[in-house]
Formats: sequence, C-alpha cells, structure tokens
Amino acid sequence: MMNRLSTSELLNLIEQEIPRERILDSLANRYSYSFDASFGEYLPDIIVQATTKEEVSFLLKLANEHQFPVYPRGTATSLSGGSLAVHGGVMLDISQFEKKLIVDQENLLAIVSPSVITSEIHEAAESVGLFYPPDPSSSHVSTIGGNISENSSGPKGLKYGTTKEYVIGLEVVTPTGEIIRTGGKTVKNVTGYDLTRLIVGSEGTLGVITEAIIRLIPKPADRKTLLASFDSVINSGKAITNILASGILPSAMELMDNACIVAVENYMPSGLPTEAAAIIIIEVDGYKVAIQEEIDKCAEVCERFNATSVKVAKNEQERERIWKSRRMVSPAITQLGPTKISEDATVPRSKIPEMMERLGEIREKYKLNLVVFGHAGDGNLHPNILTDIRNVEEMKRVEDAVSEIFEAAIELGGTLSGEHGIGLLKAPYMSLELGENGLLMMKKIKEAWDPKNILNPGKIFPEEGQKKVVLI
Amino acid sequence: MKTDEIDKKYSNKLYESAYDAANMCVQCGYCLPVCPTYLTMGNEAQSPRGRINLVKMAAEGKIDILNDLKEPMELCLGCRACEVACPVNVPYSEIYESALNVIAENKKASKSSHTMPDKLLQTMLKNLFPKKKHLRTAGSFLWFYQSSGLSKLTQKTKIMEMVSKPMGQFERALPKVESPNKRYKFGEHYKAVGERKMIVAFFPGCIMDAVMSKINRQSIELLQKCGIEVVIPQNITCCGALHSHQGEVDATKKLAKQNIEAFEELGVTYLINNAGGCGAMLYEYDKLLADEPEWKNRANKFVARSRDITEVLAEIDEIPYEKEWRGVITYQDSCHLRNVQGVIDPPRKLLKSIPGATFVELKNSHLCCASGGIYNLLHFEESMEILDEKMLHVIKTEASTIVTTNPGCLLQMRLGIERSGSKNKMQGLHLMEVIAEACGIN
Ligand SMILES: Cc1cc2nc3c(=O)[nH]c(=O)nc-3n(C[C@H](O)[C@H](O)[C@H](O)COP(=O)(O)OP(=O)(O)OC[C@H]3O[C@@H](n4cnc5c(N)ncnc54)[C@H](O)[C@@H]3O)c2cc1C
Ligand code: SF4
Ligand code: SF4
Repeated sequence: MMNRLSTSELLNLIEQEIPRERILDSLANRYSYSFDASFGEYLPDIIVQATTKEEVSFLLKLANEHQFPVYPRGTATSLSGGSLAVHGGVMLDISQFEKKLIVDQENLLAIVSPSVITSEIHEAAESVGLFYPPDPSSSHVSTIGGNISENSSGPKGLKYGTTKEYVIGLEVVTPTGEIIRTGGKTVKNVTGYDLTRLIVGSEGTLGVITEAIIRLIPKPADRKTLLASFDSVINSGKAITNILASGILPSAMELMDNACIVAVENYMPSGLPTEAAAIIIIEVDGYKVAIQEEIDKCAEVCERFNATSVKVAKNEQERERIWKSRRMVSPAITQLGPTKISEDATVPRSKIPEMMERLGEIREKYKLNLVVFGHAGDGNLHPNILTDIRNVEEMKRVEDAVSEIFEAAIELGGTLSGEHGIGLLKAPYMSLELGENGLLMMKKIKEAWDPKNILNPGKIFPEEGQKKVVLI
Repeated sequence: MKTDEIDKKYSNKLYESAYDAANMCVQCGYCLPVCPTYLTMGNEAQSPRGRINLVKMAAEGKIDILNDLKEPMELCLGCRACEVACPVNVPYSEIYESALNVIAENKKASKSSHTMPDKLLQTMLKNLFPKKKHLRTAGSFLWFYQSSGLSKLTQKTKIMEMVSKPMGQFERALPKVESPNKRYKFGEHYKAVGERKMIVAFFPGCIMDAVMSKINRQSIELLQKCGIEVVIPQNITCCGALHSHQGEVDATKKLAKQNIEAFEELGVTYLINNAGGCGAMLYEYDKLLADEPEWKNRANKFVARSRDITEVLAEIDEIPYEKEWRGVITYQDSCHLRNVQGVIDPPRKLLKSIPGATFVELKNSHLCCASGGIYNLLHFEESMEILDEKMLHVIKTEASTIVTTNPGCLLQMRLGIERSGSKNKMQGLHLMEVIAEACGIN
C-alpha cells in the first residue's frame, strides 16, 4: 500500500530519472500488469519498465526512502503468482531491459541480461555446438531472469539438474538499491557465502537480477526415445526406479496418467493407448553406441515390469511425435475446465507409486477433475485440477484438495515445489515443510537483505494467520 | 440514456459476445513472441494475452470500453499470428471482432467522441468500397495522375507530404497503375489456352481492381495459360474485410451475401482470389453468417470452394515458364493467407520452381509487416516501427525482389524499400507479377 505518497507524487519522483514513456499508469496498463499465468489479480499503481541497472537501483532507493513495494516481473509466466502486486505499489518490468547475450566459447559460458528469453540462449549455445540444459516448457516466453529467480527446469532436470547448476555469477541490485556481484566466471568458487545460490530461486525477494553468467556444456552427440505403456501405475513407477537403479541416467523420464492420455487423444489424436493406466516416455542422450545399449536396457526393464507395449522411435519424426503428445498434455486438459490449477508437488522417486495412489484418493474424495503428469525421473509430479473459477462451491473443494496434495507430498518426504516456486499460492504451507525454525531462518535472511520489506512482499512467507491457500 | 447506463449496456454486450472465449485464455503467454505490436511496443497491453485480458476486464465492467479498451484493440493488427501460436485454441479473432463491434456501437451511441477521421472512414466504407464503379474511377484518375507527369511534380514539391505524411509516403510507394482500357470486364469469360482443365471464378477485390488491375489481369492470363477458364462474376463486390475491421458487422454481412449469390449463379469449381486479406474474409463467411440459418449452409459451400491462387497453381505440374529470372527472391507472408487460410508452402513452392531464381527464406517472414488492412494509414508511426524492423531482415537476405501476396502488404513492402533507401537495389512485387513475367505475360 502506498500510504505515504499519492500516485502523482510518486510519478514525479520516478520521472526524475526514468523517461516518462517507460512509466505506465493508465488503467488499461495497470490491468495489463495485474496478472500472471496463475489466476491471481492484483492492480499495481504504476509500472516502470527499467532498462539499466542504474534505473533499478534508483527505483529501489526511492522505494526505501518512501516505503512503497516493488515487484520484479519478467514475462509473467509464473504459475505461483510470483510477480503479482499483492500490496499495490510499483511493478518493475524487466522484460524490456537492454538485451545482452554473449557466448564465450572458450570458457564454456554465456553472459546474459535478465530480459533474454531462455530459448534465445538455447539457440545461441547450439549454434556453436554448446548446450544450455534447463528447459522449462515456457522457454520460448519466459525470461532468464525469471528462470533464475524461480530456479526453473523441465524434463532434462533429471540428468542435467536445474537452473541453479548453471548459474555461476550474478549482478544483482539489492533491495536497498546497492549494485553487487556474486560468484564470477569460474566454475569453482568458494570465497565466502555462496550468495549466487541464495539468489537463484529467491523469487525476486532478495534482489533484482540485472546480469547473469551461466555455464554451458558440450552438446550431446545423439539421443534416443521410447514410449512404454502400462496397465498399472505401480508398475510404471517400478520400471522408473529400476531403470535408474540399473545405472542408466536418462536425459528425461516423463509420466502421463490415464486421464491425461485420454485428454490428449480427444484433443489431438496421437495414437496413444487410451486404455493404458499410465505411459512413460524415456529419452537417453550421449554417444551413438552408448545410447543404443542404454535404450535397449530401458526397454528390457519396462518389459520386466509388465509393460503392455514398448516402442523405440526409429527416426526423428517418430521421436517428435512422442514428444508432441507429451507437450499436448497441458493444452489438452484445459478442455476439461477453464480454470487450471497446476501443482508441482515433488516426492522422492521411490515414492511415486504411493503418491499416485494418494492423488487418486484425493480425486475421489473431492470429486474433482484431477489429472497427473510430470517429470517422473526426478519425482516431480504435476497434479492438475481443472475447474471453473465461477463455480464457488467447487473452488472451495479445490482449496481443500490442494492442501491435501501438499500434505501428502511432505508426508512422503517430498517438497511443496519442484519447479514452479512458492510465490503467493504456496506460502501458507511453508512451515509444514520447513518447520517454524527453518522458516524463521529464512525470514531472518530476508530481513537482513530487505529491512523495510520493499521487494516483492507477500511472496514465499505466509502473512499473519495464513494457514491454507485461498483461491477465491 | 445516461453515459454510465450506456457503458453498462455495452460492457454487458461484450460479456455476452466475448467473455466465455476470453475466459479460455490460461495466460501462458505463448502468443507473446509472435505478436508484432508486443515485440515493437514492449507493452503487455499491446500483446494478445493483454488484449484478451482487457476484453475480460471491460466485460466485467472493471475498465471503460472507450477510455481503456479502445486504444489497445485498435492498435491490434488483426494479423492473427497469436491464434496459431495458442496451445489451447483461444478464438482470438472472435474476441477481437466482438470488441471492435462493441467499440464501434459505443462510439456511435456517445456521439461526442465521434472524431473527424472516424467519420471520413465511415463514409468511405459505406460509399466507396462496395461500389466498383466509384473505385475504378478513382483508379483511372490515379492512372491519369501518374502518367500525366503530375505525380512527379507533386513528389518533387512534396505537396502530399505536407497534406499528410502517411499519404505522401504511400503515394510514392504506389505501383504504376495500368491504363484503364487494358481492364478485364465483369461478367466476361476468359477461355483456357489449350485443353480446358477447369473452370473457375476470379475474385477481383476492390483495391486490387481499382489500382492493381494489372496484377489481376496477369493472374487471369496466367490461369488461362495453365489451361484454366476464368470467369469474372458479374455481381461480385468488396469482400468486407475493411468493414469488419472497423466493427461494421451488418455492412459486412450484406457484402458477404451479395458475393455468395454472385458465385452461386455460376456453377464453377472454385472461387479464386489473389489477395490474402480478401481471401481470409471469404474463407470465414461461414463464421460470419453462422447465426443466420438460411445462409449458413450456402456460406459453408462457398467457403469450401474458396481458394488462394497459389494453392491452385502449386498443384499444376508444369507451369509454362518461358524465361529465366535473375537474382535472389525473398517472400513475406500475408498474415491472413498464412494464419487464417493456412497457406504456407504453396507460395514458396512456386517461387522455388521459377527457373533461374534463387529463393532465400526471410527471417521472421511469419511476422506481420504491419500493413494490416489500413492499419498503416490509421496508425502510421506504430506501423512504421514494425516495418523498419522487418526491413532489417529483408536487407540481410540480399534479395533483389521481395514478394508478397496481398495488395496491402505489397504497398507496405514497397514503402519499406523506399524508407530503407534500397530503391535502386530492390523491388517489391506481387507473386503473380513474378510468375506471370517468368511465363512471358507482361
Ligand atoms: C505453460 C507454462 C509452462 C511452464 N513450464 C514450466 C516448466 O516446465 N518448468 C518450470 O520450472 N516452470 C515452468 N513454468 C513456470 C514459469 O514459466 C517459470 O517459473 C519461469 O521461470 C518464469 O519466468 P518469467 O520470466 O515469466 O518470470 P515472472 O513470472 O515474470 O516472474 C517469476 C518470479 O521471478 C521474479 N523475477 C522475474 N524477473 C526477475 C529479475 N530479473 N530479478 C529478480 N526477480 C525476478 C518475479 O518477481 C517472480 O517472483 C511454466 C509456465 C507456463 C505458463
Ligand atoms: S492479431 Fe496480431 S497484432 Fe493482434 S494481438 Fe494477435 S498477434 Fe498481436
Ligand atoms: S497463447 Fe492462448 S492461452 Fe496462452 S496467453 Fe495467448 S491466448 Fe492466452
């Protein structure tokens, strides 16, 4: 809440350093920055499109002096309400930041500004035979700044890890407006506290990222993909854990339950077995000879656990078809209801079968359209509930179901979020996973960096008395 | 009615016509990277996701239709690239047309905001475009103007630019208009050369007919040379795209019905057009008339027989080429051909088939050139920013010819050539001009 200054006073102050055309305050603009890919809606008072670190620093210093909140925003694809202006104030749009994307082939790294779209990094790296593995499905839209802030990843997380494995240096404007550098250009760096890792995944609460140095690796020579169907989810889970136990580390292992398979087939027929209880997609990458042996072994394990069919893609076309059916899951399931609540509760992979069972029970208990797919190899499941926000009675049931999903994940030794972040929507459950003291340590860190709670307030930490998610 | 009652009436109307469709949007942003206005303006309100959200907000009565919604909607090019990119098939054009319609009605109801340019546009839409005689007269006047040396004089003195900057710039980009006595006639049959393979009707359009009649004539002669008999329907009229983009639904429907009737009388295989924008409009008459039971079926049949000329030509095994083409050719998609009619490969296939020509794909050829109907006249600055960006890629191809398939795009690209100072290295042509010339048709 901007209780100290009126909007016009604030405008005048910001205008001293930032050109008027990059300060937006019309009602249409305010509504245009009031949402992200979750379904929250909060009106910011002003939007500032910063293009340099100096402008960010200026704005944050101003915010500390006059106590108004600032919310960094990339391209707002966050599914957890990460950039929403929950207390009004200034939306800091980073998507228009001066673009810089330098690939340093010799040192296997890239230096990027926060506004660069992730797929642009993929392209730049691949054009010189290198590889930047983190691959969220939103990679053609989301910014690297947003990816770093959310520690994003995708199917390749299993073998290659998440964004944090690749960020080795950052330039950050702290919540009090100082410009600092963390880490550097070396892969090894043990000088003091590892602030780089602290910032990665901090969801815009500890600083605004204005530049990043990211590590690249050589591009794998080849890849092979298979699709296996099962008539029991338990068996598919066992196949997954046994493949990993056999010493193979696939580059991706994706799971779809029956509801997802049926939804995809209804939406865009891809030849998936609609009677299967679950299918898994496995991809291995590396040297040609090695991957042939590995994919054969994966097929063997699937068969040992009673797969009803196992198909290895013979060419790029078949491979693309398999992946297309996986990519179609999200759009296909939205046909089941206009409001899509996408969770990413993650469990240790040995617990996948158990988690699937628990999710089945929750679906029955609350009578909801609940479907499950996800990155099974790393235990990162995406239970999705399809509903209609206008149906108040059902939304209340959804709230309870969501709480139960988180409780189940944590009981099984898992976590609230595998990749979408805590944001606004999961803040109430933080102490469930971390315990009161664990959460307190995190709060102390936030207070040390941001004594006036200027930067992205209302995220990660629950507000007083908040115990569960309130969707409407 | 009091103003706030009017407002309520129109936001309710918007709710009825567009809310469910807008609510399908999951705000994933997959449409952002293909939206030209978002890419140049860098503002969420000028993105598909943003516009859909604003329609939702206006329908919920949270923002005002004229004060808040009008500008972002009018700045949309209607290129529909967002529709193709959307993973959940949000019907953007439905939302867009509903919004434009409600904005237009609201404007009329609250007369105070009825500005001069608006009025001029309405008059033109009502009186000029559906009347081919008037337009042809304008075209003839233009021919006289160009051939009498008058145009050189005005260009030198920059009189036009003093009247209006956009007009002045477009005036210079206009292709040479053909002498009126070379024009094909309405109602006439043009026989196939050799054995007749097919008989089709040709849709001449309004702007094409008036100022680019040469391209139409070449298209007809080319079809003839490929063994196709061509008839120009007597009562065919303007496709209605310009009316539709100004939210004039009733006027659009009237034109559509006249065209359907004109075509039905003929009993030919296809109705062929050579202008992406018109083609897309014809292609969606079924949607336009979906709520009129007695017309729906007739519209379906009409749509099923509507084709872009490139689709028909790309199926002909041997185009009767007579000459070698020299130089590199690149191609800018017409958005409506690509995004609405889904015609992507045929024009490319044709260009690659021309003997001697080297085809180079233009980076971002799928992004709109910002001609967008008459967008470039109504929103000159915004349009030029998108065009100048496009020209950077065009220049990189080192092409000596840039080809398009729509009159608006053609003018826009010619203007782009002027603006980027490439006039002596590069020309802008319609695909039919290129193929016709390679087939010895001048
Ligand atoms: C269809 C779809 C699929 C998705 N798939 C995946 C997936 O496979 N894996 C995955 O991990 N996520 C996925 N996501 C979630 C989302 O795309 C990621 O969280 C992404 O990293 C967000 O990037 P953004 O640029 O949109 O950031 P925003 O949504 O704008 O912001 C996200 C957070 O980062 C902060 N932030 C943004 N920029 C900066 C900056 N420069 N400095 C400091 N803080 C900043 C914001 O304050 C906010 O807290 C998906 C989302 C969608 C809509
Ligand atoms: S139609 Fe074109 S300009 Fe309009 S929102 Fe869609 S992509 Fe953008
Ligand atoms: S791609 Fe479709 S669903 Fe996603 S934001 Fe755009 S219109 Fe909405």
